[in-house]
Amino acid sequence: MVVVENFRLASTAISRNEEVAPGIRLLTFPRRGDFIPGQTLALTTDQTIPARYYSIASGRDETSIEILYDVVPGGMLTPRLARLRPGDTVFVSEAFGSFADDEGSSVWIAAGTGVAPFVSMARSGMLAGKALVHGSRTLGGLYLRSYFSSMLRERYVPCCSSETAGGVFFGRTTAWLAGTTLSATNRYLLCGSSRMVVDVRDILIAQGVYFDRIVAEIYF
Amino acid sequence: MPESIFGSTLSELSRIAAEAGLPTFAAKQLSDWLYRKNAVSFQDMLNIPLRSRQWLSERYSIDAPGPVKATESQDGTRKYLFPAKQGGFVEAAWIPEGKRATLCLSVQVGCKMGCLFCMTGKQGFQSNLSPGEILNQYRSLPERDTVTNIVYMGMGEPMDNLLNVLASLDVLCSSDGYGLSPSRVTVSTVGLIPAMKEFLERSRCHLAVSMHSPFEEERRRLMPVENVYPLKEVLSVLRERPLARQRRVSFEYVMFRGVNDSDRHAREVAKILNGIRCRVNLIPFHPIPGTPLAPAPRETIEHFQQELKRRGILTTIRQSRGLDISAACGMLSTRELVRLGGEQE
Repeated sequence: MVVVENFRLASTAISRNEEVAPGIRLLTFPRRGDFIPGQTLALTTDQTIPARYYSIASGRDETSIEILYDVVPGGMLTPRLARLRPGDTVFVSEAFGSFADDEGSSVWIAAGTGVAPFVSMARSGMLAGKALVHGSRTLGGLYLRSYFSSMLRERYVPCCSSETAGGVFFGRTTAWLAGTTLSATNRYLLCGSSRMVVDVRDILIAQGVYFDRIVAEIYF
Repeated sequence: MPESIFGSTLSELSRIAAEAGLPTFAAKQLSDWLYRKNAVSFQDMLNIPLRSRQWLSERYSIDAPGPVKATESQDGTRKYLFPAKQGGFVEAAWIPEGKRATLCLSVQVGCKMGCLFCMTGKQGFQSNLSPGEILNQYRSLPERDTVTNIVYMGMGEPMDNLLNVLASLDVLCSSDGYGLSPSRVTVSTVGLIPAMKEFLERSRCHLAVSMHSPFEEERRRLMPVENVYPLKEVLSVLRERPLARQRRVSFEYVMFRGVNDSDRHAREVAKILNGIRCRVNLIPFHPIPGTPLAPAPRETIEHFQQELKRRGILTTIRQSRGLDISAACGMLSTRELVRLGGEQE
C-alpha cells in the first residue's frame, strides 16, 4: 500500500491495455473489492504521478475492473498508462463515490469516455427503464455502440459531431437534446466534462426539468 | 517565449540564482526586487551584476500585466479583468469595507466543478493559473496597498490547482515575499479531500468550505463534487485535524429560496458541525442567467442566522457587494468572452 496525494493505493498488475477506438483505451486489472456501479477509483502508474479518477466500466459481478481512458497528448499520466503492457503495475484506490442509479426510469447522458459508469450499470443488469444518449466526436468513440443498440434499441441515441452513419444523430448531444421533448419527471444522470455537464444541465432546465431530477458526475 | 520569473518561490529563485552563477544570497535579492520593489525589468535590479542581469533577461521575463478592464460599483467594489496566458480572462474583486479591504482572487480560467449556481462553471474549464498569474492579481491591483485580507474565492477551485495555489501562498505569506500574515488569507474549496488534506498540512492560511446544503441528496444536485467527496467525509477530515488556534475553518452557505433555507436545514447544519470549531457565512445568492434558483429573502437569511446562533454556531451574513457590476463570480469574464466571440464573428 502506498500513499499518493493522500490516497491509499494498492499495487496491481494489469491484464489488458488495448485501444478500443482512436485515442480511447481500455485498461483491465483484477478486482480487489466490491463496488457500486457508477463508482470511481483513483489510479496512477507510480508514486511520482498524481492519481487521476476513473469511473469503473465493468459490471459488479465481474472478476476484473475495467476503466476507459482518453490518451491526452502531453498529459502526465495517460501517455504513460498507454505504454503499459500486461503484467505491468498500476496503483489503484478502493472504489468510492455515490454517482448511482436506482431501479426507476432514467435517462443517461454521456460524452466520450463518460459512458463508463453507464456501461458498468448496464453490465450490472440495470438496463430496464433506461435510455442512453451518448455523444462522441467520432463514430469510433461511441464505445459499445452495437451492444447498446441491441439492448436499448430506440432508447439508445448515439450522437456524433464529425462523422455520419445510419442510426446515429449527426451533431452534438446538446443539439439532439435541444430538439427533443424531454420528460420533466424522468431522472437524468449526466457524465462527462464540466462543459458538457453544464451545457446539458442548462438545456434540461430550460426544457422544464427541475434541477432536483438531475445528477451529474464531472471529470476533474 | 521566456518563462516568467514572477511568482517563483524563494527556493525556485535560489535554483535560478545558482544557474545564473550568482551567490546564494542573490535569491533574496531577486525576491526583494520582484515582490517588494515591484521591478518590471531585470535591468532595474542594480545590486545584481550586469552580466547576470543579462543572463536572466535572456532566459526569463517578469510577466505582470495590468488589468484590461475595470468596473466600479456604486458601493465602491471594483472588479478587474486580467488576461490569462493561455487565453480567456480571470476576475479579481477589490472590496473595501471601513478600514478593511478584501481582495478576491481567481485561480483558474473557468472551473471543472460545475456547481449549479455558479457562473464560472458555465465557461467550462480552460486552464490553471500559474503562481505568477495568481499573484499578479495582487501585484497589479491599483489598490494593492490598501488590501488587508485576501480570499481565494474567485474563479476556479483552489484545491484543483493546489501546487500553484500553495506556491502563490508561499510568496504571499513569506517574509521574503509580500509578507502577509496567513491569518489574513482564506482559501476556499468545494471539498476535494486529498488536496484539502495537503493544504491543511502545508499551509497556515484559513480554509473556507462550500457547504450550501447539509443533506447529501440536495447537495449532490447543487454540487456534483458531492458524488465523489461527500460533505460528511470532508467534515471527518476536519474533525481528525483540528486547526491551530489562529487558524479558522468557515463554511460558506449560499441561500436559495425554498431550497436550503428552512429550519430543518438550520438544525441539520448545526448538528453536522457539532465538534468543529468553525463559523458559517450565509451568502445572499446573486442570480445568474438561466438559473432555476432564486435568492432567499433577507428576513429568511436573518432567521436562519438566528437559528444557527441559537444552537451555538458563530454565523455571519455576507454583505452583497457589487450587484450593479456583475457581482456573481465569473459573470464579468463570461461577458467579456461572449463580447470578444461576437467581435471575432
